[in-house]
Amino acid sequence: MAQEAIRRGQRARAETAPPQIRTPAQLAWRQLRKHPMALAGGAVLAVLYLVVALAEFIAPYSLDFADRERFYHPPTVLRFWDARGFSLRPFVYVTTLEDPQLRTYRVDPTRRYYVRFFVHGEPYRMFGLLPGSRHLVGVDAPGRLFLMGTDQSGRDQFSRIVYGSRVSMTIGLLSAMITIPLGMVYGGVAGYYGGRVDNLMMRLAEIIMSFPGFYLLLTLAAVLPTGVGCTTHFYLITFILAFLGWAGFSRMIRGMVLSIKEREFVQAARAAGLGDFRVIVRHILPNTASQVIVVATLGIPGAILGESSLSFFGFGVREPCASWGNLLTAASNLPTLILSPWLLFPGLFIIAAVVAFNIFGDGLRDALDPRARTS
Amino acid sequence: MLLYVIRRLLQLIPMLLGITLMAFVIIKLSPGDFLSEMRLNPLVSPETIERMRENFGLNQPLAVQYLRWLWNAVRLDFGYSFAFQVPVVWLIGSRLFNTVLLNVVGFAVAWALAIPLGIYAARRQYSLGDNALSFAAYLGISTPTFFSGLFLLFWAFKTGWLPIGGMTSVDFEFLPWWGKVLDVAHHMVIPVLVVGVFSIAGLMRQMRAALLEVLRQDYVRTARAKGLREPVVINKHAVRNAINPIITIFGFELGGLLGGSAILENVVGWPGLGKLLVDATLQKDLYVVMAALVFGSVMLVVGNLIADVMLAFADPRVRYD
Repeated sequence: MAQEAIRRGQRARAETAPPQIRTPAQLAWRQLRKHPMALAGGAVLAVLYLVVALAEFIAPYSLDFADRERFYHPPTVLRFWDARGFSLRPFVYVTTLEDPQLRTYRVDPTRRYYVRFFVHGEPYRMFGLLPGSRHLVGVDAPGRLFLMGTDQSGRDQFSRIVYGSRVSMTIGLLSAMITIPLGMVYGGVAGYYGGRVDNLMMRLAEIIMSFPGFYLLLTLAAVLPTGVGCTTHFYLITFILAFLGWAGFSRMIRGMVLSIKEREFVQAARAAGLGDFRVIVRHILPNTASQVIVVATLGIPGAILGESSLSFFGFGVREPCASWGNLLTAASNLPTLILSPWLLFPGLFIIAAVVAFNIFGDGLRDALDPRARTS
Repeated sequence: MLLYVIRRLLQLIPMLLGITLMAFVIIKLSPGDFLSEMRLNPLVSPETIERMRENFGLNQPLAVQYLRWLWNAVRLDFGYSFAFQVPVVWLIGSRLFNTVLLNVVGFAVAWALAIPLGIYAARRQYSLGDNALSFAAYLGISTPTFFSGLFLLFWAFKTGWLPIGGMTSVDFEFLPWWGKVLDVAHHMVIPVLVVGVFSIAGLMRQMRAALLEVLRQDYVRTARAKGLREPVVINKHAVRNAINPIITIFGFELGGLLGGSAILENVVGWPGLGKLLVDATLQKDLYVVMAALVFGSVMLVVGNLIADVMLAFADPRVRYD
């Protein structure tokens, strides 16, 4: 009888037992899933980074490919219909330069060149290792597939945008990889010690923060040596962006550390005899993780915009390397732009990437903030 | 309060020292100077260049050059522009007005539009209008100003409605005074649109977030419960409390007044400080770059100070001592 009662009690407890415990990451993901805009932003970013990884395969032509007879060529028209009837597979016509002044091209409708997937093209090495020659799309040789037109030396703009995504999409990530550890340690030390150390360290950070951003960016970029290769230049620009970014970030961390260091577990860690640095790095800073993720996500678009502005003015990534900003330099000449408006295409990629980062970052902030969480 | 302002102004001194020293070292680190291009010119003799080097003080050690510059700068003498051969103060003075004009008009437009839009969006959270506005705001903050500037110039050419770049027409000098005003206003439409859209987007988002935060508070519910009309609840109770973070932003914008439109000015050919700075950087016109950096930084710091003071006036809970 008594045993029966106990068993019933156990069963009741088992039924009302709390559901499985979720980790913070699972909770955040659950919240993020309810935010369709943020998911769309994340999807755009995923696609863009896929393009970054597979640039050689996705670009129809290589970075340096130039068809000198087809400079400032308008985007190739994909056709489904001509005098011989309808074709479900799009095709293009060969064009020849008619008037070099007005850059008009004559279309030759006698032969169709079908757009094919997984075509053989220029050979490349994927990830610098795997040799290959298949490209995602392409047309047979005399035909040209310039999806977004060409520039002044007949280089395919779409291919250059695809390769340029490597610079534009990674520069933000790389500068965040410098900014975040630096800002965390700097802000952590300042906040933890407080007093005179804090005062001095924050004054130093404020000096960097009180320069007008673009002015300092410009001055620093002008200092860079001009003779180095464009890859080295890219890393130098990354350092500059990181150099400007860490100050504001470290101030935010310092503010959080000021309140975290008063909590019991910090006292406990110190009472246990841990060194200051260990307390800061292992016990205090991990508590700022969710805000750091958000700030990083929202800071990357700033770096992307910074790089593109610098490159646009010729202080950033230089020819023959491509970035979205330096591709837009071609559009900065108004007479050229008026004849060839397709030179604005790289700007659409900048906007798409930055919008996606901003929307995704805002969604992430809501998802990681327990107060904004809806069950 | 006065004490606080004085202390903040005193803090400005070491900060300006740091800023100028850093700027000086950075510029000096850059390879070559203004004269290196002249050296390639066969028409200019080496003696002339040597004499110019002496005149500009470029042959002195770095520390002497900096201290000399600093001593003059304290007396508001920012040296000569190598490229224009006029005092830097003149050069900056004439450009400063154009930049401030552009930004003040841009901000006035932005504030006049952004605050009502932000209030609208917060009152109708998640409605179609709110979602459309927030997507537009995302686009606004994400579009580089050089891109929107170029796009609008292209559009202006195609439609022929607006002048393409610059600040004045060719016949500007022959216009009556009202014609001059109209001419400049006509040229300002594109840059103001670009500056305006960029700050409308940011401001509107801040206003919306701040008002949403306030609308959740108990005193708003109390105000509604005691039967106040909705416009009174919003305007008298909620908006006045939601405006605080916006005042802080106002200070930042005041501070960014000089740096904010630098990129745009170059694209649309607006003869402002930003265009001067890019040209000076390209030509390594040392003293112009230094002065522009100092002016810009002072504006930024003073702008933040003004924002803090204004905040104390607007919000009795904020006290400095």
